[in-house]
Amino acid sequence: MINYLWSLFLIVGVIYSIIKGNNNLTNNLLTSGTKAIDMIINLVPLMCLWLGVMKIADTSGLLNIVSHKLSKFIKIIFPEIPDGDPAIGYISSNIIMNMLGLGNAATPFGIKAMKELKRLNKNSDVASRSMITFLVINTSSVTIIPTTVISLRILNGSSNASEIMTATIITTFLSTFIALLLDRLFYLLWRKKV
Amino acid sequence: MINFLIPIMTIIIIGYGLHKKVDIFDTFITGVKEGLKVAINLFPTIFAMIIAISMLTSSNILLDISNFLKPIFLKINFPVETLPLALLKPISGSSSLVILNDILSQYGPDSFIGRVASVMQGSTDTTIYIIGLYFASVGIKKIKYSLVVGLLSDLISVIISVLIVSLYFS
Repeated sequence: MINYLWSLFLIVGVIYSIIKGNNNLTNNLLTSGTKAIDMIINLVPLMCLWLGVMKIADTSGLLNIVSHKLSKFIKIIFPEIPDGDPAIGYISSNIIMNMLGLGNAATPFGIKAMKELKRLNKNSDVASRSMITFLVINTSSVTIIPTTVISLRILNGSSNASEIMTATIITTFLSTFIALLLDRLFYLLWRKKV
Repeated sequence: MINFLIPIMTIIIIGYGLHKKVDIFDTFITGVKEGLKVAINLFPTIFAMIIAISMLTSSNILLDISNFLKPIFLKINFPVETLPLALLKPISGSSSLVILNDILSQYGPDSFIGRVASVMQGSTDTTIYIIGLYFASVGIKKIKYSLVVGLLSDLISVIISVLIVSLYFS
């Protein structure tokens, strides 16, 4: 997927520039990498601060307590997962990481959760209902602290970089709620069809 | 109050760590090292994506497509400038970050467009990438209705972002 996408961007970009007679094409190709360095330099401090703080939350057991609290909600959303299954722990850790805007830290937990859900689905290669629900939660993204967005806003000189937090929280909860309804709807429709 | 959420959470976490007699400083340093690693591991992907995206954006093709679609989206009060972000976010997280950065530097982070783009970026996720990664990593071949639901919820997130920002900041 990413192979096609990346080449498509480059090929379409270069050909369209040539057709439009964009004289900066060569310069752009050779210098656009500087933007990548700027971006990483601005991401590093926030990433370090947040992962450092989260490490403390992890070792002190605070993260565990929070994910335990979350597991009640998880059972409502995932009716097919049996009580006390390790899948619940991984799913809640993944959701917490996403909530805190740590998408990259969330991925390992997400993959572990998927593996547990596959085991619950008797190792079939067909996606189970719980798997799709889990994906929907991930793709509609429950965010409380949009870390990277805030750092990019600081980089671009925002006078109040975190002012978008409330709007983001409202949006993310509304859209996740609707996405979960859609997930239920499609599950029922699909069951009828099969 | 919400503006102080991050510092407050930080001191709560540190306070709880002290209470539980965690070796706070060393633990923090371990996390920082991880953060550095994560950021450095992100660099090649971001670098590769930035080059491809700047080729695409400097050719102005996304702008031309957005302009072409403008009349339709203007009718429903949709800020067309965020259209490239909405189109790219489901496909690639790092490329949408680059687009967000472009939007913020061009229109300003505190403008309506900048705010919509920020909320949009924070409240949607890379559907196609996540489905690909998660299902590929555990060997799922039949993905059923997951892609449809995923993309539909992205569309809903985009619409809600515009609505909420219009209401919240008006």
